[in-house]
Amino acid sequence: MSLVFAGICSHAPGITGRANLADEALRAPFYDAYHRMREQLWATRPDALVIIAAEHFANFFMNNMPSFAIGMADQYSGPIEDPGWLSIARRSIPGNSTLSRELICEIMQTADIAFAEEWKFDHGIMVPLHFLTPNYDLPVVPVNINCQGPPLVPLHRAWVFGEAVRRAADRIPQRIAVIGTGGISHWPATPDSGKINEAWDRKFLERWTRNDREALLSYSDLDTYRDAGQGGFEIRTFISVAAAARGRGQLHHYAPIPIFAVGCTIATMEVAA
Amino acid sequence: MSVYQLQKFLYDLNRDSGVQTRYRSEPEGLLGEYELTEEERTALAAGDVGLIYVLGANGQLLMHFAAFLGLSWPAYLQAMRDGVTRHGPVRAGVYAMTTGVGEKVAGV
Ligand SMILES: [Fe+2]
Repeated sequence: MSLVFAGICSHAPGITGRANLADEALRAPFYDAYHRMREQLWATRPDALVIIAAEHFANFFMNNMPSFAIGMADQYSGPIEDPGWLSIARRSIPGNSTLSRELICEIMQTADIAFAEEWKFDHGIMVPLHFLTPNYDLPVVPVNINCQGPPLVPLHRAWVFGEAVRRAADRIPQRIAVIGTGGISHWPATPDSGKINEAWDRKFLERWTRNDREALLSYSDLDTYRDAGQGGFEIRTFISVAAAARGRGQLHHYAPIPIFAVGCTIATMEVAA
Repeated sequence: MSVYQLQKFLYDLNRDSGVQTRYRSEPEGLLGEYELTEEERTALAAGDVGLIYVLGANGQLLMHFAAFLGLSWPAYLQAMRDGVTRHGPVRAGVYAMTTGVGEKVAGV
């Protein structure tokens, strides 16, 4: 039928794994925003959730690295991380291989992608699902954009990919929700963890909510690395969602939470014609 | 080139419980299957997070490995800082330290 929901959210492992170390005054409003995003998502009665994530070498490695990959299985599993460390129990997550295949075939008309019939989720997908589909009762179509192992796909290709996702969603009878997950500026998995460039983040989010294609695609990876850290490469997932939704975004929550290592973000975007 | 093999080992270990079991039961045999420098092999066998960080392993691969080793969050961050103090700046990759060794951005 169509794309019925579009949003973006943070996925840093500390969000669940280090919840007890966070300042409650910062943690609680962010969790509340995540819960409201869940309500908004479910209110659109989606049949499946396309989750455009930036994974961290759970499935794809430099021996054979696709820029874009889409899952095509009836079942996935996760998290690969120590469940105690992430505070998310290991489990299986439902997929829909038939639906995946339909989406993949249509996306392939204009974007070069890989498909995967096996996929183990890491925090990049498990943290958002923990909040958005806590009963794991919505079939998921996992998508990865390589944001970890350079060379990385140019931002304008992430845009084209998002457009392809939209066209595919519009061509199938099911109601599709899409979310992008990642960080904006952050320096994760280094001793700098907790460093956040709030001004850079707010400027990016302002461009995202305006759905300003030109401004969103104007970042070079060198600039992003300097100003937003290697974690900033994950803006690709947010950019794809903007291309898919085509509308104006609404920022529901943004606040740096250093122990979570990221500016914690929840936003949705109107799905425009 | 070799830091690639070090990262490949971490990739295999992080996602495969069979490899995790072998790392605990017969680390020499397991590590022998990768083309590692002596320094890399020793660092992996010892679970030396600080040295692996300095060698240039992707931070995400190392973070999952540190979790597997059971390091607490503050201990993991400190191990990386100690690695830089002991062995000098990160030698490869995009996970360099940009803060000072005494700086604790998130308070830990
Ligand atoms: Fe990430």
